[in-house]
Amino acid sequence: MINTDKLKRKLTNEKVTKKKENEHETFSEDIIDDIPLKEIDLNDDSETDDESEIDSSNDEHEDGSSDSTVYSDSEEFESDEEEEHEDSNNTTTKLDNTTSESSIVKKGTSEAQENTQKSSKENDDDEYASHDTSDEEDIRNTVGNVPMNWYDEYEHIGYDWEGKKIMKPNQGDQIDMFLKKMEDPNFWRTVKDSQTGQDVVLSDKDIELIKRIESHKIPDKDYDDYTPWVEWFTSEVMDMPLRKFPEHKRSFLPSKDEIKKVSKYVHAMKMGWMKSRRAMKLSEKRKMERGPQFYMLWHSDDAAEEMRRIHNHIPAPKRALPDHSESYNPPEEYLFNQQELKKWNREKKSIGNKKLHFVPQKYNSLREVPSYKRFIRERFLRCLDLYMCPRAIKMRLTIEPEDLLPKLPTPKDLQPFPTVVSITYIGHTDMVRSITIDPFGQYLASASDDSSVRFWEVSTGRCLKAFNINGIGKCITWCPNQAVSLVAVAVERRILLINPQLGDSLVITKTDDLLDTPPPEDKLTSERIKAAVQWEHVSPSNDDWNKGIRIVLHHFKEVKQVSWHGRGDYFATVMPDGENRSVLIHQLSRRRSQLPFSKPKGLVQAALFHPIKPLFFIATQRNIRIYDLVKQEMVKKLISNSKWISHMAIHPGGDNVLVGTYDRKVLWFDLDLSTKPYKSLALHNQAYVQWIYHPFVLELGQEGRLILQFH
Amino acid sequence: MAGPRKKKYTSGEGNQYWTRATALRKLQLSLKDFRRLCILKGIYPREPKNRKKAQKGATGIKTLYNKKDIQFLMHEPIIWKFREMKVQGRKIGRAKAMNENGLARRLMNKHVIINLDHIVKERYPTYLDALRDLDDCLTLCTLFSTFPSIKHIPRDQSSLCRRLVLEFMQAIITSRALRKVFISIKGYYFQAEIKGVTITWIMPHQFSFEPQTREEVDFRIMSTFVQFYIVLLGFVNFRFYNSLNLYYPPRISIASDESDDLIDKAGLESERIAALNIPLSCTSTDVNTEEEQDPVESFNMAMDENDKMEKAYLEAEKIRKLKKLFEGLKFFLNREVPREPLVFILRSFGALVSWDKTLFVGSTFDETDETITHQIVDRPSLSKQYVSRYYVQPQWIFDSVNARELLPVEKYFIGAVLPPHLSPFVEERDQYYSPPEAVGLDTTGEVINGKSQEDGKDNESVGSLSDNNSEEEDEKNDDERDQMSNSSSEDEKETSNNKGSPINSNKDIKKKAKAMKKKMAVAPGKLEKPDPNQVFEAEKQERKLRERMVEKKHRALYKSMMRGRAERIRDKNVLKKKRLLIEKTKSGIKATS
Repeated sequence: MINTDKLKRKLTNEKVTKKKENEHETFSEDIIDDIPLKEIDLNDDSETDDESEIDSSNDEHEDGSSDSTVYSDSEEFESDEEEEHEDSNNTTTKLDNTTSESSIVKKGTSEAQENTQKSSKENDDDEYASHDTSDEEDIRNTVGNVPMNWYDEYEHIGYDWEGKKIMKPNQGDQIDMFLKKMEDPNFWRTVKDSQTGQDVVLSDKDIELIKRIESHKIPDKDYDDYTPWVEWFTSEVMDMPLRKFPEHKRSFLPSKDEIKKVSKYVHAMKMGWMKSRRAMKLSEKRKMERGPQFYMLWHSDDAAEEMRRIHNHIPAPKRALPDHSESYNPPEEYLFNQQELKKWNREKKSIGNKKLHFVPQKYNSLREVPSYKRFIRERFLRCLDLYMCPRAIKMRLTIEPEDLLPKLPTPKDLQPFPTVVSITYIGHTDMVRSITIDPFGQYLASASDDSSVRFWEVSTGRCLKAFNINGIGKCITWCPNQAVSLVAVAVERRILLINPQLGDSLVITKTDDLLDTPPPEDKLTSERIKAAVQWEHVSPSNDDWNKGIRIVLHHFKEVKQVSWHGRGDYFATVMPDGENRSVLIHQLSRRRSQLPFSKPKGLVQAALFHPIKPLFFIATQRNIRIYDLVKQEMVKKLISNSKWISHMAIHPGGDNVLVGTYDRKVLWFDLDLSTKPYKSLALHNQAYVQWIYHPFVLELGQEGRLILQFH
Repeated sequence: MAGPRKKKYTSGEGNQYWTRATALRKLQLSLKDFRRLCILKGIYPREPKNRKKAQKGATGIKTLYNKKDIQFLMHEPIIWKFREMKVQGRKIGRAKAMNENGLARRLMNKHVIINLDHIVKERYPTYLDALRDLDDCLTLCTLFSTFPSIKHIPRDQSSLCRRLVLEFMQAIITSRALRKVFISIKGYYFQAEIKGVTITWIMPHQFSFEPQTREEVDFRIMSTFVQFYIVLLGFVNFRFYNSLNLYYPPRISIASDESDDLIDKAGLESERIAALNIPLSCTSTDVNTEEEQDPVESFNMAMDENDKMEKAYLEAEKIRKLKKLFEGLKFFLNREVPREPLVFILRSFGALVSWDKTLFVGSTFDETDETITHQIVDRPSLSKQYVSRYYVQPQWIFDSVNARELLPVEKYFIGAVLPPHLSPFVEERDQYYSPPEAVGLDTTGEVINGKSQEDGKDNESVGSLSDNNSEEEDEKNDDERDQMSNSSSEDEKETSNNKGSPINSNKDIKKKAKAMKKKMAVAPGKLEKPDPNQVFEAEKQERKLRERMVEKKHRALYKSMMRGRAERIRDKNVLKKKRLLIEKTKSGIKATS
């Protein structure tokens, strides 16, 4: 109970102070307003007790609202007391309408009331006999809260409990007033109760109260304005309400979890796992001083542990070990002479092509050897190499240059072949351009720069025949047909068909007969061909007839080559300058010529018939074209890798073609394989002129050397 | 037809490499840190097969790293250490800038320690791999051990290097693993053989440190290398010591020595060369039994061929002898002699070594000891000499080790003009010059060395006829001919050599024939002799023809090989000529005097 009382008081105090801030002004004003009114009412005669009562009730009135708030606050605290208060409230309301509540008042006001109570006690004791504590509202006038000036013209001012008129007290006149004023020492403190019209003498306390109010002070004298502030309920809104029940027991006991943790720490410290910061520092320092710790990193010599490593590692190559020249006391020949020193100094700055990176020195004894100036620098460069130099695996050759040389068969293994000159065919006075052998192999024909053609017997070397042909014979070829004896010679612009008149006389006469009778000209030859070539039969009366020349073909350009078809009826001539008429194919039996190409095919170098198939080969400057004569289309184009083809030969089987070039190469084409050379050989130092296909390939170079090769 | 078109450089060589800039970007490291990482992890650029493809078509030369290497680096924990260091550096910088010296000092004392143990294991999967790569490590550590404290090199690095290198040398001494030694103008070369792996390192001459300009040498890079090498060498040492049954870190066994008063233990530890002079204490006593085991036995299983066996046996025998080369000898080093290399060499071949005890700690006996067999002296003369010992110059030790036997000391006495010191690392090959001394050293060294130069030369000419032959031809500067003579048989050489001895021999034959004529009635048939010139010409012709037939794709190679050979022969001839000249002048001087 004491607690709650205290609490309440404090609460009220608090409220008051709050009010003081908010309502102080209005509150004091009201009081001040009231006072003169009361003074005016002093005229009415009424009991002083009542006056004071009213006064206090007035005071309380102001507090009314605050009281209610107090209740609302304190309701929760004590229900019993609340009931009591309610009781008292009820009584008071019964007693008096004007003042509704009075049970709980401020200290000062309650005291004032006490005074009035005392005075009322004096008036009638009955009231107190009933133990009614709410007697302070001793109001005899029951008119209610009406303006009292309504009763001005009446003798009474209201009615008491019994309904009797309360008569206005005797007012007295001005003189009485004056006398009173003069005589009564309490006059200044006498006020008139407006309700009763009685004079009320204000007590000292009342006066003090009034004075305090007038001077804008807190009415309660004892109220300490400066009590220390106890913030029971803060202005801040609390998240949680204050709890009525006490804290749980476990909030006062130490946590088990923490105990566990602490015990763990203690154990760790005991075991030395955990150290104090100082100990840690010390141990760290000691560790630093002791340096790195080593242990058995590899447990065996060559067993590697599985772990992620650098990808495809290439170990750095080691530095070359020193040789004699690096010795402090090398043999004297290793020391540099003037010239070498000069060269070394010159090359010092360059990075490459230096044999030694130092100058060899010789000292007579070990004590004279100074420190090597570039040692640190060299180690530094090595370090740079180790981390900056790109690495790659390069295969080192362990072979000797001899291993690269191909093994050629020794000439002894290839014997028998002619090793010495057995026959020399003597007779030509100038360079021999071309030779040919008759199909039986019995005779040899040669054309030379001395503008002559000679026929030889192969086995003896005897010159059987020789005559002048009025020009350099560029090419001479024997007709491959064994039934005729005929040789074609290209001499400047002419092709001479010669019957050498050697061998079987039957064949000779047959050949003459064949060439004698020109066939009937069934077709008109075109102008284009006519302009290119004319056939001329040599008449027997002519001198040339005796030489053996039977037919002369006059070409419009110089003829370089003539080549026979395998049957011997056709032959082709090549005129490199002839442009689109550079190749001509002639038919002997009909004395007819053809131009196989209408367009120029480049600078034609050579033309050939395939020995078996109806194919025609044409070598231009770089390529070789193969034409099908039946279908009249190009079959293949062989591509040489050389600049200029000079000559071409075909194997009797017809599968292989050999091509000689002016850039000193022999290209070997296999027609079954690709269009590129199967092999290219560079054997001569000069261009090829001609060769003949045989099991041995005979090669004739311009330099006059003959190379025999077995393929 | 078949999905989206394939982009260029998304597979194959174009996708295998990253440039350095890419690597930096991928790793989020500065160039400095990247460099350090590469050094520590042993990552290096690669040379691509096709640079244009590898660079994704970019021209110019870029530093290319294997993409997989860089991806491997991404997982490296020490990258985080680098970042920590960077942060630490920044903190220190800030503290300094804010004038908080206390904080800065505290931070500076708090080092970021990088642990490299795992990297050693990663880079060297096995112990043998580590041994194979020990050359650079030892050389650089030896160099660093001579360094004073300089900028950019951590304070303890040089002392740690010194400790580890000496520990290694100790182990070499105990295992008798040293094989070859050489005094070069750069320093002392040592070659040891551990587990069949040869390790060569250089010890610089005294006072090798010289201040270097920043352009010439960046000590920070070298220091990073040393940082790794220290760890490597430490682990190698540990295993090496363990394999020798020694304690690691080494303990010096002093108790065995009777002259205790000479040894100050604390001094020994500070003066580490002295420690080389004292045997280490073993973990167990049965070390020697293992050592004594016949090394050849292991060969028996592996090799079947007889001659190979024979060779291996001889080699093993030689090495066994070499290990005990100086055993039973007592050496005293004069103070002018470089102590470290000599003590190391002598002790690794079983000698007892001492020096003046007033100069350095660790001497085991005095100069007055009568049992001293050799005193190593490097001064022109010595006033007080003992009769009981040889006074030899240091080169004698080196030459003896390389010859694998004790050479006669006469040539190495005080004040003597020393014979040339030759490199033991040069193997004799044709096309390369080898001085006559080297040839003498190879055969029975003692005898040849004792004889005059002429003999040595004679020996050479007999030993390698082809050499002699080529020499004469080379005067004509015709290397091709030399080749031919080399390849052709011995007989043909005799005949082709038309200048020198063959003519003489022909004369001899004629004389004999004349004598025979007188004796016998039947005239002997004439020996048909082909004209040597013609034969030579024919051979040359044939070779030329063969050269023409060399395949086109090998032609450039063949030519360059021939060029190289010609150059080597030319160099050889230059040296030979110089030698001849020198000998001529020498003999001339001798003759006049």
